[in-house]
Amino acid sequence: MTEKKIRVIIAKPGLDGHDRGAKVVARALRDAGMEVIYTGLRQTPEMIAEAALQEDADVVGISILSGAHRTLLPRIMELIRANGQTNVKVFVGGIIPDADVIFLKECGVYAIYGPGTPTTQIVAEVRAAVLGEPQTAA
Amino acid sequence: MDLAAEVRAGSRLALARLLTEVENGTEQGKAALDTLFPYTGHAHLIGITGSPGTGKSSLVNQLARTFRKFSAARVEESNRVGVLAIDPSSPFTGGALLGDRIRMRDISGDPGIFIRSMASRGALGGLAHATAAAAQVLDAAGYNPILIETVGAGQSEVDIARLAHTVIVLQSPGSGDDIQAIKAGILEIADILVINKADQTGVESTEMALRAMLDLVSPSSRESSGWIPPILRTVATTGEGIQEVCEAVYRHQAYLQASGERKQRDYLRLTSELNCLISDLLVQKWRASLPDGAYHQALEKIHSRECSPLQAALELLQFSPKKV
Repeated sequence: MTEKKIRVIIAKPGLDGHDRGAKVVARALRDAGMEVIYTGLRQTPEMIAEAALQEDADVVGISILSGAHRTLLPRIMELIRANGQTNVKVFVGGIIPDADVIFLKECGVYAIYGPGTPTTQIVAEVRAAVLGEPQTAA
Repeated sequence: MDLAAEVRAGSRLALARLLTEVENGTEQGKAALDTLFPYTGHAHLIGITGSPGTGKSSLVNQLARTFRKFSAARVEESNRVGVLAIDPSSPFTGGALLGDRIRMRDISGDPGIFIRSMASRGALGGLAHATAAAAQVLDAAGYNPILIETVGAGQSEVDIARLAHTVIVLQSPGSGDDIQAIKAGILEIADILVINKADQTGVESTEMALRAMLDLVSPSSRESSGWIPPILRTVATTGEGIQEVCEAVYRHQAYLQASGERKQRDYLRLTSELNCLISDLLVQKWRASLPDGAYHQALEKIHSRECSPLQAALELLQFSPKKV
């Protein structure tokens, strides 16, 4: 009799190796009582979708600092949805130009966290997205 | 179609969802386990344990790949490999960072290999409470073998010995002297001993210590057991020595069948599973039968030294569990 745990995948697709941000977010979500599956660097969209499926993730967090988000994100979203995981929430962290925010949201990404986002905000919004709690974002 | 039927039909989405239900101990999960139980008992369960950082995940990565190749050659068997990787939960927040997939890059794109990370959720024996049930689900879904990687284990996290058919204990060079090797606990449960990172210095002395430990086993008990754990060297990052480990697993599997020890181990596992369930259910029912506040009153009495913990427990047990 354990309560439902929020399961989050944190992944870095593509070729950039800057994983500090991904680790900070992973750690913050862990400290908020979530189960964080950290997949590491240089993941393909296929690997990320496969991990989301096998781990029955509630949330997938994608960290991108390479500028390839316009290519990678649509593909990741498409694969996750094709697996039948229609409820999985996807957020993106990293360097995303303002001009691309609308594009990513249209792809189905529910939030974009740039540099300086407080981790408390990310925790609150992840929880809200999964449990439907009112958002208490800063 | 319900989850159990979908899992039997091969849906991986249903499998992933059912594993969550089972992990959370929901009614749906329990019902599905009941339905699936008749289909279990086919998979060979392989436990991989050892101290943190000895290379368990890297070894699992290589083993899963090699087993997939091997069993593809033995056509009569399914060649889908299941992996359960357990990492610790925080005792303070209940959260967990599950990092075993990082080392499993080579196999994480293969749809014939199902990897599931599990948080230990407070269990202390190196597994999670639901690991046995999760293995049954993978078994019923046709995965064979199933590799179970424990939490980075120290000396006494030996629950895996009760769950797995073959236990691989991993060491790396330079971890303690020969007295560490003859202590009770984790080395005792090894069916196969693997020295990983065998390209590093100190591998000879580690192997010598392990060999000495095995030689100390009394001749009589060795004759009665009939299986002497082989000591193998691997470099999991390059794949060196992995084939030998797989072959040793198959040899051990054949030995278990031939000697009748597999049945013995199954009985041992089922006994401990049944005992756990009985005590859990008894406690649950007994708690439901307690009048409000009785437990707290007993606690107060113990705290004020009016009675001893044992006296209080006996008194509380006067309330007998209600019938179902």
